Amino acid sequence: MKKLHINTSINGNSAEFLCDPDATLLSVLRDQLNLTGAKEGCGSGDCGACSVTVNGRLVASCLVLAAEVEGAEITTIEGMAEGEVLHPLQKKFLEHAALQCGVCTPGILVAAKALLEKNPDPSETEVRFWLAGNLCRCTGYDKIINAVMDAAAEMRGA
Amino acid sequence: MALDHDTKRDFKIIGTRPLRPDGIDKVTGRAQYGADQSAAGMLVAKMLRSPHAHAKILSIDTKAAEALSGVKAIITAADFGDMRKGEAMNVRDHIMARDRALYDGHGVAAVAAINEATAKAALALIKVEYEILPHVTEIADAMRPDAPVVNAGFVQENAPKGYSENVVSAHEFGHGDLAAGFAKADKIISRTLKTAATHQGYIEPHACLASMGPDGRGELWCCTQGQFYIRTLCAEILGIEESQLRVTASEIGGGFGGKTTAFIEPVALVLSRKAGHPVKMVMDREEVFKASGPTVSSEIDVKIGMTKDGRITAGQAELRYQGGAFPNMTNWLGAQCAFAAYDLEAVNAIGINILTNRPKQAAYRAPGAPMAIYAIEAVVDELCEELDLDPLDVRLKNAARKGTKSSYGPTFDEIGLVATLEAAKIHPHYAAPLGPNQARGLSCGFWFNFGGNTSVSLGINFDGTVGITEGNPDIGGSRASISMMAAEELGIPYDKVRTIVADTNSIGHNDVTDGSRVTFAVGLATIKAARAAIKEMCKRAAKMWGIDEDAVIWEDGYAKPAGQNAGEFEPLSLAKIARKSANTGGPIAGHHEVNADGAGVSFGVHLVDVEVDPETGFTKVLRYTVFQDAGKAIHPDYVEGQMQGGAVQGIGWALNEEYIYGADGKLQNAGFLDYRIPVASDLPKIDTVILEIPNPGHPYGVRGVGETSIVPPLAAISNAVSRAIGVRMDQLPMSPPRVLKAIKGAKG
Repeated sequence: MKKLHINTSINGNSAEFLCDPDATLLSVLRDQLNLTGAKEGCGSGDCGACSVTVNGRLVASCLVLAAEVEGAEITTIEGMAEGEVLHPLQKKFLEHAALQCGVCTPGILVAAKALLEKNPDPSETEVRFWLAGNLCRCTGYDKIINAVMDAAAEMRGA
Repeated sequence: MALDHDTKRDFKIIGTRPLRPDGIDKVTGRAQYGADQSAAGMLVAKMLRSPHAHAKILSIDTKAAEALSGVKAIITAADFGDMRKGEAMNVRDHIMARDRALYDGHGVAAVAAINEATAKAALALIKVEYEILPHVTEIADAMRPDAPVVNAGFVQENAPKGYSENVVSAHEFGHGDLAAGFAKADKIISRTLKTAATHQGYIEPHACLASMGPDGRGELWCCTQGQFYIRTLCAEILGIEESQLRVTASEIGGGFGGKTTAFIEPVALVLSRKAGHPVKMVMDREEVFKASGPTVSSEIDVKIGMTKDGRITAGQAELRYQGGAFPNMTNWLGAQCAFAAYDLEAVNAIGINILTNRPKQAAYRAPGAPMAIYAIEAVVDELCEELDLDPLDVRLKNAARKGTKSSYGPTFDEIGLVATLEAAKIHPHYAAPLGPNQARGLSCGFWFNFGGNTSVSLGINFDGTVGITEGNPDIGGSRASISMMAAEELGIPYDKVRTIVADTNSIGHNDVTDGSRVTFAVGLATIKAARAAIKEMCKRAAKMWGIDEDAVIWEDGYAKPAGQNAGEFEPLSLAKIARKSANTGGPIAGHHEVNADGAGVSFGVHLVDVEVDPETGFTKVLRYTVFQDAGKAIHPDYVEGQMQGGAVQGIGWALNEEYIYGADGKLQNAGFLDYRIPVASDLPKIDTVILEIPNPGHPYGVRGVGETSIVPPLAAISNAVSRAIGVRMDQLPMSPPRVLKAIKGAKG
């Protein structure tokens, strides 16, 4: 199988890689580019642990072919904090104890950030439905929802 | 120095909510989980699995696969040792079929190759010849005298007679005269209730990286709840000494009991030994469902008698649990838990273990208890409905308390069930109005809690900070709790303490992170280790002052003269003593090793409001409140987290989750799309009320909190749904078709 040469941008840095035509974006991020923050929980788009954004759109990277991201801008959990400064969502997840094992946390943070970019003032129900594609088995979601609502309020300056 | 004082109550740090030490790594993607490590020259391993529920393996031909470029090693059961008994043998045989495949997904061979694509291509080239055998996946079918025998040779002397060889053990608990008890009852209800097998559903699949040299020394990185137990299992299976294998636990992406044993680690080690390269092995989600360890399914006969005014006069239960093709002890646990919430004169519970052609069950949060207590609490609720009694008052009337001889033998010490029930009774939730098609349910829950073997080492660094080394994977914030207990005891700020989870060769033995034991047992050992360090620091202060060490006390992080007779000295801080320690006798550390007993039992009560759609049978959870005794909540956020998380797993168990086997014995829903765990939009807020009835067995009063919370939701929701539709539900999950059928059946 001949490999494909892909040029892309990841967290604001240009990146290039060679991949098999059937390689997923998730496998390239994790196994080739050492960006292991996105996790494979199911490989079928059901759990959301591999969430990243491609050109601003929230995707399950296990369902995206690496070959599809030619020329795209990708953001992953590794690009969320700016240097030492955590994103308000990251800060609020810590303050609200919104994680236990933490394996779903990168995907949920990426998904929540995508929500707040579209809708800075979501209702609790909107947050619950937006995050319905991200499975968490530890928390019962309660503290996650509180953290997202609180981060949204802080980002609005409320 | 009175260091072993009674339960401490005036806390400075315990009960506050500081940030967890592993938090930043987990919100930035830096935390390293099982699948996140790699090694130079690493191979990738994949398993070939049986497509049949039960089949004789006539031959395995690996020649074509071996000839494929990039394939470095292929193994089958023949590559494992020839041990003949014990749990390690069962674990080995559950991982890799020896002469018969015992369940859909049973491992048959494994390949290590230069990459995943090559490994998968090699699997397709392995030829396995099967002779398909009759199978059995359901409890009643497996018990019939003429049932296909799943796995011969496990029948114990206590197994009930008259059944097939699949009925392997029975454990009975209780006391009193049942006949006399039932004779006193005004109302007796007998029912059979069923629960489906469910999966722990941790989001991180099993993953490991194994490296084994030709000298027999190995390194293993894996996601596990117990690196020491994994080492024991792997050493036994590989026939090596434990000291030669170092196991390091990764950050763990959920476990809930499901990562207390081995599913892939011995395979990766044997492949690494054979290939001479490090081997990485990661299960996919289908493999996790098919070939890890779900919980038991159950059929439970319950008979309970009650007087008109709500006193239970006798209780009897027979619990039949299947947990796959190998024996387990979950029936033993379930029979003990069934009636534990009640103070009864006449009680008997027998738990029976049945083998089927399914994967070997593993622990799942309070293993054996949720289904047992579901069955009892459903019948108690039905009696309350029939006798027109308040279900909370009836629980209070019958509740176990200090001095109660428990249904499983021991007499209870200080326990929190009555306080928990009283808290539920006065909570606004219990009096809130309900609308049409809505109803309220409640249930008690119980778990023993474990203590167990524990080692902790605590070093006083020269700069006045403190390092703690412990050996239990942190599955829900335990590093924070352990640092808090050390800081409290030493009298220093929380941020001066850092706790790490060490590998098997860096600290003494530690039992698995299970039984809600870590905050209790590791906490206890940490407090004792801190006290040992304090004793040494007092000694150093005495030396610096030139007084007797008995004349020094430790208070709020300072060594102080014990009284006026000891002399006038400026108190010495921990930091000051630490800085001088090289000149006063060398480094200061404390350690403690213990097989901890005294883990106080834990009770909880859940209240739930549901609305059932009469058109579709769909149940919506409207309101949920968890009341639980934590003994002492070290870090309340993580106590609440355990209460909420357990409740939601129980909601999934009650309403959606179920292993579905076809007539062909194959698992039909091995993925998160068809095995649907609760998502955020399914749920309301999960409110929590923490009760603190100190456990006399812990210096700060801690009880384990991790498991009790999954016990009450099954019956609480079943009782709510039953009251909402006016029909008693007797089977989980209460999926919409099942509820709709019950509604239609009642209408005739």
